[in-house]
Amino acid sequence: MTDKYVGKRVKRTEDPRLIRGLAHYVDDIALPGTLHVAFVRSMFAHAKIDSIDTSAARSAPGVVAVYTGQDVADKIGPVPCASALPELKVPDHRVLAKDKVYFVGHPIAAVVATDRYAARDAVDLVMVDYEDLPAVTDVEQAAAGGPIIHEGFGDNIAYKLTSGEGDIDAAFAAAERTVKQRILHRRLAPIAMEPRGVLARYYPGEEELTIWSSTQIPHLMRTQVALMIGIPENKLRVITPEVGGGFGSKLNVYAEEALLGWISMQLGKPVKWIETRRENIQATIHGRGQVGDIEVAFKNDGTLLGVRYSVFADLGAYHQLLTPAIPTLTGLMLSGAYKIPAIQMNIVGCFTNKMATDAYRGAGRPEATYVIERALDLVAAELGVDPVEVRRKNFPAANEFPFHTATGLDYDSGNYEAALNKAQEIAGYAQLREEQKKARAEGRLIGIGVSTYVEICALGPSQAMPAGGWESATVRIEPTGKVTVLTGASPHGQGQETSFAQIVADELGVSINDVTVIHGDTGVVQYGIGTFGSRATAVGGTAVLVAVQKLKEKAHKIASHILQADATRVSFEGGKYSRQAAAAAAAGTSDPVVPVGEAPAGALPEPQTEGRTSLTIQEIALAAHLAKELPPDTEPGLSATYFFEPKNFTFPFGTHIAVVEVDRDTGDLKFLRYVAVDDCGKVINPMLVDGQVHGGIMQSIGQALYEEVVYDEHGQLLTGTLMDYAVPRAKHAPEFELDRTETPSPVNPLGVKGVGEAGTIGATPAIVNAVVDALAPFGVKHLDMPIKPENVWRIINEH
Amino acid sequence: MKKAINLNVNGVSRSDEVEPRMLLVHYLRDVLELTGTHVGCETSLCGACTVMLDGQAVKSCTLFAVQADGSSVTTIEGLAKNGELHPVQEGFWEKHGLQCGYCTPGMIVAAAQLLERNSDPSREEICHGLEGNLCRCTGYQHIIEAVQYAAKKAGAQ
Repeated sequence: MTDKYVGKRVKRTEDPRLIRGLAHYVDDIALPGTLHVAFVRSMFAHAKIDSIDTSAARSAPGVVAVYTGQDVADKIGPVPCASALPELKVPDHRVLAKDKVYFVGHPIAAVVATDRYAARDAVDLVMVDYEDLPAVTDVEQAAAGGPIIHEGFGDNIAYKLTSGEGDIDAAFAAAERTVKQRILHRRLAPIAMEPRGVLARYYPGEEELTIWSSTQIPHLMRTQVALMIGIPENKLRVITPEVGGGFGSKLNVYAEEALLGWISMQLGKPVKWIETRRENIQATIHGRGQVGDIEVAFKNDGTLLGVRYSVFADLGAYHQLLTPAIPTLTGLMLSGAYKIPAIQMNIVGCFTNKMATDAYRGAGRPEATYVIERALDLVAAELGVDPVEVRRKNFPAANEFPFHTATGLDYDSGNYEAALNKAQEIAGYAQLREEQKKARAEGRLIGIGVSTYVEICALGPSQAMPAGGWESATVRIEPTGKVTVLTGASPHGQGQETSFAQIVADELGVSINDVTVIHGDTGVVQYGIGTFGSRATAVGGTAVLVAVQKLKEKAHKIASHILQADATRVSFEGGKYSRQAAAAAAAGTSDPVVPVGEAPAGALPEPQTEGRTSLTIQEIALAAHLAKELPPDTEPGLSATYFFEPKNFTFPFGTHIAVVEVDRDTGDLKFLRYVAVDDCGKVINPMLVDGQVHGGIMQSIGQALYEEVVYDEHGQLLTGTLMDYAVPRAKHAPEFELDRTETPSPVNPLGVKGVGEAGTIGATPAIVNAVVDALAPFGVKHLDMPIKPENVWRIINEH
Repeated sequence: MKKAINLNVNGVSRSDEVEPRMLLVHYLRDVLELTGTHVGCETSLCGACTVMLDGQAVKSCTLFAVQADGSSVTTIEGLAKNGELHPVQEGFWEKHGLQCGYCTPGMIVAAAQLLERNSDPSREEICHGLEGNLCRCTGYQHIIEAVQYAAKKAGAQ
């Protein structure tokens, strides 16, 4: 096989439709007779519903139906939570609130009307009588008692969990020094640019329901929604057309998805709901939301002995699909890139009167990386040494992999020092420190922040996943020679239509233009898990690779039969199977047998096999389809399916270095440099990898400096629009300087690790460490995110 | 009470009767079936709905269709001419200026108008020109490079 595409910067095959405005997101699909749904949502964070009067809404122009929690309570099952933790309290989460509301945005009633304006008008005509109850929004107050949200539970604690290995008490007893820091991780809103949206169409005759939804997990959603609304799973088809970003927020099963399906079944008509941005910030999951204390035990020479992290996790009012599991991922990654003999994580997961938290880009791992990387800077400050030296001292060496951590993981491969060295070299680290000294002497506030992260990707072995951690692929060559790939890893912007086609085109020796990747349709694609947790390439791409290799095994058998040669004497190169001596002459790219548009109507041309010494794989496909020249006991057709189960996670890593300058007069800051050296194993398409890293770092910049979902003490959402919730804009972007090291993963045959979340995981601490470093002359050792100019200005001026 | 409007969209004359409160973006998407223009926030903050109205980049989610009466509108679907991509579209493809693609039509229209005003913008001027458009995927670097590519390409022509 000669690589033509893998490893190269191949332009995306997705793009032509997207840049011309011709792609189809959910709201772009128009079915005749579609009815529109709008929701009545709670304006209180915690209240009893005394009564709901829908009569005025029902008689409003264009209104077809209004459904309340009472109407659907015994018709639609609860919104699912897939996390299984010991003694986890799981509230009964119905698609519409019935007796009580638990957060601002909690859906109460669904109005169905002939157009979206009429539906929205009628929402205002639904009269809800609330009895306002005291709300609890602070997670520590919730844990300490506070108003109890779900009375039946007796308190607001959903679960408590302690994890980790090693003797943590002995580590602290033996410590020559310790540091301790309370750290906040604010709630963040994922803000996919396309809000959620659902279109459902029921055909009463066929008894078939189709749901188009902007989701990351079409198959998992189909299973769950089928259970919720009681339709046989094989009568429900879920289609995810173009999906405008997810970042974890669409890795879920939402009330609206089931409800729209059910309403369509009641009315026998297509129904559509498109989330507004205000609804999106209220009622799509949030990320992060932890507060806790990190404690580190270490020796005078900087050797780490133990880490303890005790945290209150702000879960919100209900569990969404993975809500309680997210903080446990923090516990898994607390060893960071370091040898730490004893680690303990204590989680208290609490209900609050807010929307649920769940997976947002990184999903629990950014919290771990952030506390460890912040803590290492505190250790360095305590010892009076450069932050880089503490890190370097505690790295496992490249020959110590697989490396077992005290969080119970086995890191697959790594060379942390190499990435750090490369980043230091690119940044000119020693010189930067010199310049910083000079600048400080001149009164300028320059800070250098380093983060040497490791993350966990390729989620994951099924043992560690609630609903299967494998991924599936089918590769087939059609009679005309075109290659179709079906993947369960349905993307939402990552570019798998291109990267998976690269893998297949290289394996088959065909042009990438002859490969089409199909995804996101449960009626077409075999069961799959989805795109999240930086798993698509490592798990889904591997499934594609093995499927295409299986297909080639069959093609080889057929080729040997037709070429009348022993299989061992037939070779495959450049898309052609050749009797050995003829191989070199035949090499080149394989072309379809039937040029598009020139195929004779009615009959496919039979491949001319008589006397040939080589055949293209596409001729083999045609022969396999016509089935006249097959070896004995060979099934017709040329198609293979593979379900790949990974043996382990993968562990990408890298070093990020941020250099910032703080403006003394305004407290504002600007990036002078941003250097990132990431190691995501083998790279399929470097252009896509760069794009993922850029986007990930930008979301870190948002978290570190701007973004925060704010509820007031009554549970009112104060950041309900993009006016108040500050998503970074172009002017906030530094000029990224990216590079890579390449340590292949032994976990999959592609050697890939994953890169979707690396930027978000690695960058946040580098940025905060840089700002703290800039303000070190004022005695600053820690700042909580988001670090706004006002906070910085106060530090400078109140010093 | 519906109002009659006459306007030119992507070079085609259109006459329709619309509710006075119908937003321009809904007119484009639901009536004309030009669904390339997206809605991302309904409050003029994200720029996904950006179109050109008489040569000015505007947010079509906060304009009424009746306000476009008598005007000329260019949407993302109208940028390519005779099957040739607009240089900004080409730049976005070449430089990987998009991932999920949802902000892309608005971003491309805003960038096209930016280049009409300033054919050789600096990085800062590009960032300023795109201040009204949010992208959550790309980190903007490749978008900036896409606009630089388009400026260079248009300059060479």
